[in-house]
Amino acid sequence: MDRVLIVVPAWNEEEAVGDTVREIFAALPDVDVLVVDDGSTDRTARVARAAGAMVLELPINLGVGGAMRAGFRYAVRHDYDAAVQVDADGQHNPVEVKDLLAELGHADLVIGVRFSGKGAYHVAGPRKWAMKVLAVVLSRVTKTKLTDTTSGFKATGRKTLPLFAENYPTEYLGDTIEALVIAARGGCKIVQVPVNMRVRRAGTPSHSPLKSSIYLFRAGFALVLALIRRWDIKSNADTPLPTEVKA
Amino acid sequence: MSVATQILGIVASLVLVAGIIEMLRRRQFTEKYAVMWLVVAVIVLVLAIWPHSLVDLANLIGIAIPTNLLFFVAIVFTVGVSVHQSWELSRLESETRKLAEDLAILRLEIEEKLKDKADN
Repeated sequence: MDRVLIVVPAWNEEEAVGDTVREIFAALPDVDVLVVDDGSTDRTARVARAAGAMVLELPINLGVGGAMRAGFRYAVRHDYDAAVQVDADGQHNPVEVKDLLAELGHADLVIGVRFSGKGAYHVAGPRKWAMKVLAVVLSRVTKTKLTDTTSGFKATGRKTLPLFAENYPTEYLGDTIEALVIAARGGCKIVQVPVNMRVRRAGTPSHSPLKSSIYLFRAGFALVLALIRRWDIKSNADTPLPTEVKA
Repeated sequence: MSVATQILGIVASLVLVAGIIEMLRRRQFTEKYAVMWLVVAVIVLVLAIWPHSLVDLANLIGIAIPTNLLFFVAIVFTVGVSVHQSWELSRLESETRKLAEDLAILRLEIEEKLKDKADN
């Protein structure tokens, strides 16, 4: 079987991360779980280790993009075939990782998205328009039908891994919007798979009108930026060969 | 103001806008700085195209000499930028310190591990 690494970015998630890791092992006994502790000030790393995960403890907070990048670099260095992002807050169901991995056979990047029929996730107002525009534009860029581009639930295959290890965006929203543009420019095939997003175990999502307007503006800016930026896509830049690491 | 000076102003501000966009494209700055400089570039461009807007604005606020408004805004902005940069620099310093500390700890831990291995 392919070697699969589940990457769990976690920032101050001591309440949720333990259950998330245990749930991943229960659903997928053959995978390795890497929790990237993004400079937490609570006991996230200890809880994750106790649950049986490998833990990368980042000494400073790098944001979701930075944490995922660390995970991708680890995956490339240790020669994994695929890396799947599963959020620590429990909104991604580990059982559905299998659905994502199944698609990696003929695609290089698989996004688990919430469909109108599947999963209870309510969005309205500016945030909804932003997601619509993003979906339309990014569908054209990636030449595939995408209905929701802001999902973090993604499976990254062999072709995309070195690309992301080197170029994964660390800016706000970059890990969802710009990452897709980079993958498309790097010639990766992208597909989406319907999944159920669950209610988070800890923390509450923000839905105030002001916040979603700011979100709309920032998403638009991030999109324009992603589209006009030049990407000198280098896939195997300076990540050392796996043999070097194993020795 | 003659047409020639106005064209000079417009050309100069277009060069500024183009330069900022090109640096953005080459990923020479991150999003937060990009937004700030784009706003500055657009304001400069607007003033170059409609110089009279500066006079109107100065009259509205009650500043007799319009250029003084421009200088005032520019100085406030420059001070703001340098305060912000000091803040960023301090943050970077503390991050570097943390990285150095972690590196030193790792080095010790690896040395101890190697020693253990040699002893056994």
